[in-house]
Amino acid sequence: MDSIEVIKQGYFQECEELLLAMEEGLIAMDSGEADAETINAVFRAVHSIKGGGGAFGLTQLVGFAHGFETVLDNIRSGSLSPDPDCVKILLRAGDVLADYVNAARGGRALAGDYAADVVDGLAALAGGGAEEEELQEDPFTNMGFTPVTLDIDEPQADTRSGGWRIWFKPSGRLYAKANEPLLILRELASLGPTEVTSDISQIPPLDAFDPDDSHVGWTIVLNADVPRERVEEAFEFVHDDCELDIQPITAAVPEPLPFDEIPSSPPAATTPTVSAAVELSAKSDAAAAPGAPSPADAPKQTIRVDLDKVDRLVNLVGELVITQAMLSQSVSESGLARTSTVGNGLAELEHLLRELQEGVMAIRTQPVKSVFQRMPRLVRELSAQTQKQVHLVLEGETTEVDKTVIEKLGEPLTHMIRNAVDHGLEAPDDRVAAGKPAEGTVKLSAEHRGGRIVIEVSDDGRGINRTRVREKAVEKGLIPASAVLSDEELDNLIFKPGFSTAGQVSNISGRGVGMDVVRRSIMDLGGRIVISSNPGSGSRFSLTLPLTLAVLDGMVVAVGEQTFVLPLTHIVESLKPREQDIQPFGRDRTLLKVRDTYVPLVNVGALLGVAGADADPWCGVVILVESEGCGRLALAVDQILGQRQVVIKSFETNYRNIEGIAAATILGDGRVALILDVDGIVSRCRRQVGESNVQEIAATGTGP
Amino acid sequence: MGKTILTVDDSRTMRNMLMLALTGAGHTVVQADDGQHGVEVLAQHPDVEVIITDINMPRMDGYAFIEAVRREPGTRTTPILVLTTESEPAKKQRARDAGATGWIVKPFDTEKLVAAVRRVAP
Repeated sequence: MDSIEVIKQGYFQECEELLLAMEEGLIAMDSGEADAETINAVFRAVHSIKGGGGAFGLTQLVGFAHGFETVLDNIRSGSLSPDPDCVKILLRAGDVLADYVNAARGGRALAGDYAADVVDGLAALAGGGAEEEELQEDPFTNMGFTPVTLDIDEPQADTRSGGWRIWFKPSGRLYAKANEPLLILRELASLGPTEVTSDISQIPPLDAFDPDDSHVGWTIVLNADVPRERVEEAFEFVHDDCELDIQPITAAVPEPLPFDEIPSSPPAATTPTVSAAVELSAKSDAAAAPGAPSPADAPKQTIRVDLDKVDRLVNLVGELVITQAMLSQSVSESGLARTSTVGNGLAELEHLLRELQEGVMAIRTQPVKSVFQRMPRLVRELSAQTQKQVHLVLEGETTEVDKTVIEKLGEPLTHMIRNAVDHGLEAPDDRVAAGKPAEGTVKLSAEHRGGRIVIEVSDDGRGINRTRVREKAVEKGLIPASAVLSDEELDNLIFKPGFSTAGQVSNISGRGVGMDVVRRSIMDLGGRIVISSNPGSGSRFSLTLPLTLAVLDGMVVAVGEQTFVLPLTHIVESLKPREQDIQPFGRDRTLLKVRDTYVPLVNVGALLGVAGADADPWCGVVILVESEGCGRLALAVDQILGQRQVVIKSFETNYRNIEGIAAATILGDGRVALILDVDGIVSRCRRQVGESNVQEIAATGTGP
Repeated sequence: MGKTILTVDDSRTMRNMLMLALTGAGHTVVQADDGQHGVEVLAQHPDVEVIITDINMPRMDGYAFIEAVRREPGTRTTPILVLTTESEPAKKQRARDAGATGWIVKPFDTEKLVAAVRRVAP
């Protein structure tokens, strides 16, 4: 990738941030909380997107952004007031701008009449105001190029000649803007041979001398056949801060005029320089005073760091913690007292390391805002599609969580919000009939609770229809018709694979990919999801997620000579099996009876070929785990060693992928322990005992 | 001769474009995110020879920044080029009034940019 391409990718990344900032500002405007700086920030975001787009020749995007920017500029300058209808169009325009950015990012073009209603809406908002403004600005448009005063006595035909005689006298303002006459003289000299004569006649006597003003002028004779534009170009930055007169030298006037005959009358409208300079400085002082920002206003300084670097740091700190633990252990084994100098030093080291680890982990965290911010647009679209009135409430957007978790949260959250609007909320008429406000509320909140992050999606809709859920579950064979289930158990049936209660297939929530997919992605993140519902008054989904994926809460178990870690999120319960509860099933399968239901029993030691594992499960402990697709599974291990947080070491990057093993970790005593992958174990024993057996066993799991 | 140039722009893309074009022409570039940051960077980099600044920026906009640069004795004569677009002549004028030395019209190409720099600091 060449540099420009890298910058272009960076531009699209920046666009994402700018679009977020824009959306945030627009939402503040929508809720009437916007101050001048909010509107400014929205304007700047659109302006920057447009600016970068121009640099990469994204004309479609620039065209749309320009119309958008004009309206924002009018609001900014106060000539347009952002009433609710106007903000509605702006919000839509924000969405359309995002579409343009995405299209450009994918190298696609959108249809020429894309979102024509929004374009028209913006044009109507810009209305007469914009035209007026353009007219007003018009006189300036040509300013950078042709000084008007010169064209009056200079016929166009004379744009080329045998040379040029130039009278140039800078004003004080020219110097105040850090322009340098010497550079201009040099630039002219680069066009051809020049003769320069200075006019020092206007230097006043010392007592009247103003050191800030300019008193010297020059006559430059340029003996080169260059176009007038080329000469004027040298004066591009200074032409309105000087006396300037450019005359062609014709053959009829071979001798340059002596400078006292040169018209010293300035080319028309120059202002008295001294007073202008004074005025300028007075103005700048006044303007700067209120603009000076106090340190409190300063936003936090940030740096961008490659994620790999951070991960390496996280890893290194993990290793450091392990080394420290090993060191502590060998020190305590050596018989040194805890109060000895070494013991004290180690305690201090442990304390510092814990802080270091927390600090390093915090680098990877980001506010959930980036995900939450996508939801208002989604809700707007859903509300339009379903004809339901929805009010979205966001809470706890600043709650920080690991970047990877955030990235993977988007999809499940989107799905849940869709469900809440599509299935949860009733149509406005039904709501009014039920004595609720016509506008439904969907709330998305995040908070830290006990070292984990809890995200809740709740709505004030109809809640879960348990009768229908039950019928459906029976119909789909998920539960026997006679099953006695609590309300909570009934509610949680919606997480079963293949379950969907929507009577009609809607193009919003779809069918098939239901809450089971949501649950799966949450579990992949090491989280849990539960639902609580109140018929008639709404339902609430709570997601509990780890703050980081770099560490894992695990149960450390011993199997033979090996130590394994089981992710806590998969564990349902652990128990000591009785010999009579274990029943052989078929040739090489075993079932465990747990409170009147049977679950397949897997001997971890035998499955993974661990030396020295107990052959009989009743000698050890059984851990019940929840697996995807196969329901519960009983894992037989020798002993539970304890529960702890472990740092995850990827297996694939260090060795290779092994079915049934998710990753590795290093325990406090320096031993390596493998982290078990419950789903992998299921498919592994499926292969070992024959393809269909586990499935069969699982099917019998609900009752003998 | 390569110059030390300060670019002030809140758009990362624009800063990157400037950096690419200017370093390609042999200049050294220091960057700032907005006017306030620009003032701070200038205080640390007295060797800055040319300043290129955007107008619309948070915290301190281009006008205030130019005025601040002109007020400071050390940078009174440092050339300042403002980034402007063809459709914003009023902005250009305001920047000139504040003390801008010259301007660069966006979208710029490398040649235009380098020529503008050469004009104020050869």
